[in-house]
Amino acid sequence: MISSSSDNVTRLNSINRRMFITSSLKFFIMVGIVSRLFFLQVKENKKYLTLSDKNRIREWKLAPVRGEFRDYFGNVIAGNFEAYQLHVIPEQVEDFRYVIYRLKDLLELSDKQFNKILKRKRENKPWETLIVSDNLSWEKFSKINNHLYDLNGVKPVISISRNYPYKEDFTHVIGYVSQANEVDIENTSIIKKNFVPGLKVGKIGLEKTFEEKLIGSNDIERYEVNAYGRRISQLEFQKGERGKTLKLTIDTKVQQLANELLKDQAGSICVMDIYTGSIIAMHSSPSFDPNLFVFGISQDEWQMIRNNPMKPLLNKTLQGNYSPGSTIKPIVALSALENGIINPNFTVRCTGKTEMYDQTYHCWKKEGHGYMNLRNAMKQSCDTYFYEIARKLGVDKLSETAKKFGLGKKVFGNLFEIEKDGLIPNTQWKKNVLGKGWLLGETMITGIGQGYIQTTPIQLCLMTAQIANGGYKIYPNLVINEDNSEKLDKFIPLYKNSKNMRIIQDAMFSSTNEVMGTSYRSRIDNIRYQFAGKTGTAQVKKITEKDRELDLKTFQIPYEERDHALYVAFGPYKQPRYALSILVEHGGNGSTTAAPMAKRLFKLVIDRHELRESIKNKRYMDI
Amino acid sequence: MYQHSRLNKNNLDILQKVKNFDYILLICILLLGFISLATMYSTDGGQILFHTKSHFIKLTVFTVMMIFFSFINIKYWFSIGYLSYLGIAVLLICTYFFGITSSGSKRWIDLYFINLQPSELMKIFIILCLAKYFHRMKLQNVNSIYTILTSLIIILLPMGLVIVQPDLGTSILIAISGIAVLWFAGVNYKYFIYTLLGFVISLPFIIAFLKPYQKLRVLSFLNPDRDPLGAGYQIIQSKIAVGSGGVFGKGFLKGTQSYLEFLPEKHTDFIFTLFSEEFGFIGSAVLLLIYAIIIYRIVAIGANSRSYFAKIFCYSFGASIFVYITINMSMVLGLLPIVGSPLPIMSYGGSSMLATMTGFGIVMSSRVHNQQSIA
Repeated sequence: MISSSSDNVTRLNSINRRMFITSSLKFFIMVGIVSRLFFLQVKENKKYLTLSDKNRIREWKLAPVRGEFRDYFGNVIAGNFEAYQLHVIPEQVEDFRYVIYRLKDLLELSDKQFNKILKRKRENKPWETLIVSDNLSWEKFSKINNHLYDLNGVKPVISISRNYPYKEDFTHVIGYVSQANEVDIENTSIIKKNFVPGLKVGKIGLEKTFEEKLIGSNDIERYEVNAYGRRISQLEFQKGERGKTLKLTIDTKVQQLANELLKDQAGSICVMDIYTGSIIAMHSSPSFDPNLFVFGISQDEWQMIRNNPMKPLLNKTLQGNYSPGSTIKPIVALSALENGIINPNFTVRCTGKTEMYDQTYHCWKKEGHGYMNLRNAMKQSCDTYFYEIARKLGVDKLSETAKKFGLGKKVFGNLFEIEKDGLIPNTQWKKNVLGKGWLLGETMITGIGQGYIQTTPIQLCLMTAQIANGGYKIYPNLVINEDNSEKLDKFIPLYKNSKNMRIIQDAMFSSTNEVMGTSYRSRIDNIRYQFAGKTGTAQVKKITEKDRELDLKTFQIPYEERDHALYVAFGPYKQPRYALSILVEHGGNGSTTAAPMAKRLFKLVIDRHELRESIKNKRYMDI
Repeated sequence: MYQHSRLNKNNLDILQKVKNFDYILLICILLLGFISLATMYSTDGGQILFHTKSHFIKLTVFTVMMIFFSFINIKYWFSIGYLSYLGIAVLLICTYFFGITSSGSKRWIDLYFINLQPSELMKIFIILCLAKYFHRMKLQNVNSIYTILTSLIIILLPMGLVIVQPDLGTSILIAISGIAVLWFAGVNYKYFIYTLLGFVISLPFIIAFLKPYQKLRVLSFLNPDRDPLGAGYQIIQSKIAVGSGGVFGKGFLKGTQSYLEFLPEKHTDFIFTLFSEEFGFIGSAVLLLIYAIIIYRIVAIGANSRSYFAKIFCYSFGASIFVYITINMSMVLGLLPIVGSPLPIMSYGGSSMLATMTGFGIVMSSRVHNQQSIA
């Protein structure tokens, strides 16, 4: 018993000792856990609170409302309209199959469209909005609304989208918007910042150039979400800013007339204010309806635009490099006068052709013009005369004057990324680019706007405007509010002697308003509208001897081989205010195709001048 | 024969037994039960839904059961020590063959009226079995090879059966319960030191043998940001929940992490996270205090017990409960890798609560019958 009880005592001692060790251990571990709790909940509380908020709050961006484009008189030319859309949130629909087939019936969806919707549904999460239709007609929209009782979970939504009310009239000026693609997002930070699925951004034209001003900023909705991203409740709604409205210098009426004049023809018309450089109209034909692109163009329509031989996608006003033909002659004459090569009485005898440097240079008039002074040569567009003065002048001096007047470089600078430079050749250029020496014969054909020389219609318009305003530099502009006040204040003279400017203006006057002038038939006798101009006919291919013998009429030549018809003009002659340039691709002859258009344009532009001025005065009064 | 008058206390009347109750322990358990119910209500999003109802029913049934167990004489608990162990071992074997497979492991057995997780019960009954084994053993025999081997077999058998389920967490907890008994029974210190050393040295090999998901857990414990949406997700979200609770918590039913379903397993292993998020540091400290009082009372009951069996059981049970709590909390606080281990009473789960309440019942029985000696 004793041994057993002593054993019991040692056992008890052992267990109590171990109990003590265990309890101490427990105590320290407990302290450890409490201090860990303290660390997380008290010391690091802020950090974890932020993380918790980040967890639970998610932002939803809504598409921003894009700024509008307005014309000079405030008419909306690119606006927003309420698009009728149908949204479905699949998880809120009891019988998705039934609803979607019912919608297919009601909307008369094709199988292709229908499969597209189903594909999108599979890719989305069930609580993400599925856009069944993004632009419904009012009839279909109201039809759906009538059937809503049996379309559980379908939401008719009115959303804001781009609209171009004047359809193809402004396409080549403002461009169009379409869904932002990866390239847009990558290249433009403001698109990246404001991106939401379905965001539409400018693809070409001013829509693209002024993306930053137009895009506006997102409305932001903040929602509390659960771990699976489902919205639980809305915490905040932050209103975004609407994009800026841009006002253009363009007069819609003139722009529409330009479109009408060039109907069914390929070409370009631009009209410019010769003092402010404001573009009154700028059209390239044929054009296309930009609305087609807003919701994604169909393959058929795209192919039709793409494969049109008249190239509607090409902005001929800015991108088209054409030989200026005879429209360059005022500059050639001016250059010769300015450089003292000739005086206005300098006379050349035109026999219809000149033999020089083993080559024959033809005048357009086979029988020749006889003795020609400067004024007559301009009036009748005598090629022989200009061969001669170009030869005397030399291409380098000619190119200097041409460049001074705005040829051979971009008129709008960076405004349009598609704009082309054109080409004003000189000896240096040929050596550098082609690696050959300049030939004198090339100078001669440059003198009548053929050969290497290439200009865009907008450059010709600017050139004419600067001749019309007496030889002062202007800065063409399209967008009002753009800060160009500093440019407006400076009128830099481009001439050496202002008398030369008047000689050229007078010569252009004679060309339109005097018998024998090339555009005499398109003249307006009324002083109010009287204008002065210069025709041009640019050869597309070299005229062979055979062609000369045949001497075919325009309509007998295949379309692609017909000459381009050009016309540049300014008016009213007594108090010049507007300049224009017209180009009709393969139009045949400048005096028969292009010049008559100027007559109608000047009538409208000058009639609207007072209205335009009144807006301007009012604008100043507001300030 | 009559001199053994104290033995007559064998048959205490009911009133005496009720008087002998440890009311502090009982109140703490009831308090814990109430807190767990409130927390469960919060996990249901502030509604009385399935988990709350089920938890309430289990809590009521098992508390009644615990009180009933308190009246059972400690010597009967002693007598069923081996039998219960064997019975549960058989259940574990049955689980291996006929268990219900859920999320890749077979832990449950269908007993027609209830689905049982025998591994949870083993955590308690291995203590009972080993306590009985060491009850009559002389101290000098404790360290004999025979004894050590026998007790190791008693521990390793259920461990093995649970590991194959597979359920690493519970098998570790079973082992810890067993080892706790060996510790209090007086097994030489050097064995514990050697085992610890052996464990540390073989750790890399153990890791090599771990299943891929277990390896991931260890790796993500070491660096939760390695894969924040995958394996590290639970640890990160749990830490965010606890940390964002602050001193006073976000308020009852206002825990955004759990309400918005960022918390994994919020009913079971991660229930402390939710509690801590809503009640903050102060609430958590109070909860820990309640647990500390419970453990203290269990140890005190053991110290006042006359029988060696009751002493060993209470001490070991107290230590085990402490380890369960510690492992669970360390896990959700990012101090230990994630192993499946519920928080006693708080976590949802019938088997775990049954086991814990049985343990409390035996402890309470030791208290009620603290003068009972076992021959």
